[in-house]
Amino acid sequence: MKNGNVLQVEDLYLYFATKRGVVQAVDGVNLALPRSSAMVILGESGCGKSSLARAILRLLPRNVHTYAGRILLDGQDVMALDEDSFRENVRWVRVSMVPQAAMNALNPVIRVGDQVAEPAIVHLGVTKEEAWEMARRMFRYVGVPEGFLNRYPFELSGGMRQRVAIAMALVTSPSLIILDEPTSALDVLTQANIMNTLKRIKQETGTSYILITHDIATSSDLAEHVAVMYAGQIVEVSNAAAFFSEPLHPYSQKLMASVPRLHGDKELEFIPGRPPSLLNPPTGCRFASRCPLRFGKCDQDPPTFRLGERLVKCWLFEADAELAYPDTTSAHPSEQRR
Amino acid sequence: MTLTAPVDTKATSTTVLLSVRNLRVWFELRKFGLGVAGYVRAVDGVSFDLYEGEAIAVVGESGCGKSSLMRTILGLHRPREGQIIFDGRDISRFTRDELRWYRTRVGYVQQDPYGALPPFMTVRGILEEPLVVAGVKDKQERLERIRQVMREVKMTPVDDFLSKFPHQLSGGQQQRIVIARAILLEPRLLVADEPVSMLDASVRVEILTLLRQLQEQHNLSVIYITHDLSTVRYFSERIFVMYAGQIIEKGPVNEILENPKHPYTWALLAATPEPDPQNVHKFREVPPGEPPSLITPPSGCRFHPRCAKIIHGTCERQVPPGFEVSPEHIVQCWLYEE
Ligand SMILES: Nc1ncnc2c1ncn2[C@@H]1O[C@H](COP(=O)(O)OP(=O)(O)OP(=O)(O)O)[C@@H](O)[C@H]1O
Ligand SMILES: Nc1ncnc2c1ncn2[C@@H]1O[C@H](COP(=O)(O)OP(=O)(O)O)[C@@H](O)[C@H]1O
Ligand code: SF4
Ligand code: SF4
Ligand SMILES: [Mg+2]
Ligand SMILES: [Mg+2]
Repeated sequence: MKNGNVLQVEDLYLYFATKRGVVQAVDGVNLALPRSSAMVILGESGCGKSSLARAILRLLPRNVHTYAGRILLDGQDVMALDEDSFRENVRWVRVSMVPQAAMNALNPVIRVGDQVAEPAIVHLGVTKEEAWEMARRMFRYVGVPEGFLNRYPFELSGGMRQRVAIAMALVTSPSLIILDEPTSALDVLTQANIMNTLKRIKQETGTSYILITHDIATSSDLAEHVAVMYAGQIVEVSNAAAFFSEPLHPYSQKLMASVPRLHGDKELEFIPGRPPSLLNPPTGCRFASRCPLRFGKCDQDPPTFRLGERLVKCWLFEADAELAYPDTTSAHPSEQRR
Repeated sequence: MTLTAPVDTKATSTTVLLSVRNLRVWFELRKFGLGVAGYVRAVDGVSFDLYEGEAIAVVGESGCGKSSLMRTILGLHRPREGQIIFDGRDISRFTRDELRWYRTRVGYVQQDPYGALPPFMTVRGILEEPLVVAGVKDKQERLERIRQVMREVKMTPVDDFLSKFPHQLSGGQQQRIVIARAILLEPRLLVADEPVSMLDASVRVEILTLLRQLQEQHNLSVIYITHDLSTVRYFSERIFVMYAGQIIEKGPVNEILENPKHPYTWALLAATPEPDPQNVHKFREVPPGEPPSLITPPSGCRFHPRCAKIIHGTCERQVPPGFEVSPEHIVQCWLYEE
């Protein structure tokens, strides 16, 4: 293996073409995820989290404008693979996904057992009987009674359907699962149950996770690493312990200040305004219009600075940090195009 | 803008606005050719008083009957038994005209802002409809009231939004329009059914802040329904914990959060996450099993099949009455029998 990272993303771009212009949903993302670990990607709605997930899995809509960068899985650059070999060897085989609102996206007229067996048949080429046996094992794993294999989605509660969606992502034993808002629509006890299940699976199988959510409190159940996304870009990467006790980026600090607490007398804050449109993002720091700490320099785009193990894209850290990607040129795909 | 906890309770009056007495809401289960085959006992013996200007929170797992209770208070379901007394009058005795009047006195912010707004109506149309129904004949007056309420929910400049359709608004803006519609006719009671569960962390705080401002300005009584105990203390004065169609513990917010008595309340609190990096190292405590069937609820204490503290011989057989922890704090659990 080239390095200890199950996933490494370098300068990843995913732009969409729309009638009103180009949506820069993923705009130069760099990430590294060590093997058998979990990273949460936090950020408000519309910051590009799901688009990043789709870019990693190459699940692209028709209106792609730009798709560029490097994606290394266990050190292998899978961006270079053609679509056939990507489908045969990567998607769902080595990386799978539980999509946003998966529990409502199950096929209503197919028994849930068949839906969990299907990825094994399609991607691993096993027989129907073998796949059904694997599905049975997955049901036990995620805590759905085996008797439910023959049921239809409407016969299951929301929490059970979400477990089925997780079983579908697990059945091919991928080394990485991307979970897009896996518990957001569920009540606290069901959330806690599902987080426990994901944790147990990780301990027993060494599966890595990318967890996408805007629920910061729940994410601390799973995440060893935290990445914060704002307006298509990663603005902070930290280990979870450092992040939760001392977020660095002003946006991260504001996000943390919006998390309600059961005890203590901390005031709850919100971030006035909305993230900028990704059609024409601001040229300077994209958070500047909402940032209480902005200063003169912020009308220029800040580079990503490295502070020890942590990365932060904010001018406040220029003095005590080094550049994280010194050799990255400003060769932006949109500029190359011009 | 920030939200502080705990809520100042001094402002609450001692005049009862709404009194719910021994309410039962059962839904008929029909089997073809057999007539009624059983009942879903969604609300099964609920009593409480709500004071003028008071905000209470009803918390519990999904399916425990929270929405059914609220819809009955709104006059949308007929109770099987019990009374709802609003301002001294039993709503089941209302004539059609009185019921129409009643619906202007209670505003409703329903679960799921996306489904709450008719997709093919503009913001103006959505807000105009209740005024037309309420008999405001003058077009200019209607527009003035729409502008006024839009300013109250901070959708300004108003003209930017009047001709927009719901899909052109963010989730937070949609929820503001739902709230605007709910307070348009200047109700005295506002029922907010999971008003923020579908929203981003920061937008959640923004909407809760707005609701609290409106509540204080208009001396509104509010019933806030949620499964998330962490937001409750920023918004409500009392908590009612609901399990399987019944209120099993109630009391002042701080009392319930700092000195909870019912094993189910303990479970809810233990499952409510806070952003703590230690969370990755442990599993959350969750009571075993699923919420019970409301068609054939467990005998005795309805929580007994999942309760670690069960007193065998008593809990399965006898329904626990309310025991007083303090005059304000009542718990239905045999552990507190003198
Ligand atoms: N196929 C597409 N064509 C055009 N624009 C798109 C497309 N898919 C996503 N977008 C836009 O890209 C931006 C990022 O969307 P994305 O779904 O990745 O956000 P997100 O961070 O996952 O948000 P949420 O928390 O609401 O799920 C948004 O402005 C969205 O409208
Ligand atoms: N109109 C209805 N007909 C039959 N059953 C219903 C109806 N509305 C709700 N229920 C049932 O009543 C129970 C309580 O539901 P609900 O009040 O929506 O709970 P909550 O809001 O706490 O999630 C559930 O079992 C639900 O399926
Ligand atoms: S670069 Fe400037 S505007 Fe941007 S987050 Fe840092 S301080 Fe705020
Ligand atoms: S009454 Fe008994 S079973 Fe019910 S919560 Fe109390 S101890 Fe548990
Ligand atoms: Mg998304
Ligand atoms: Mg409900």
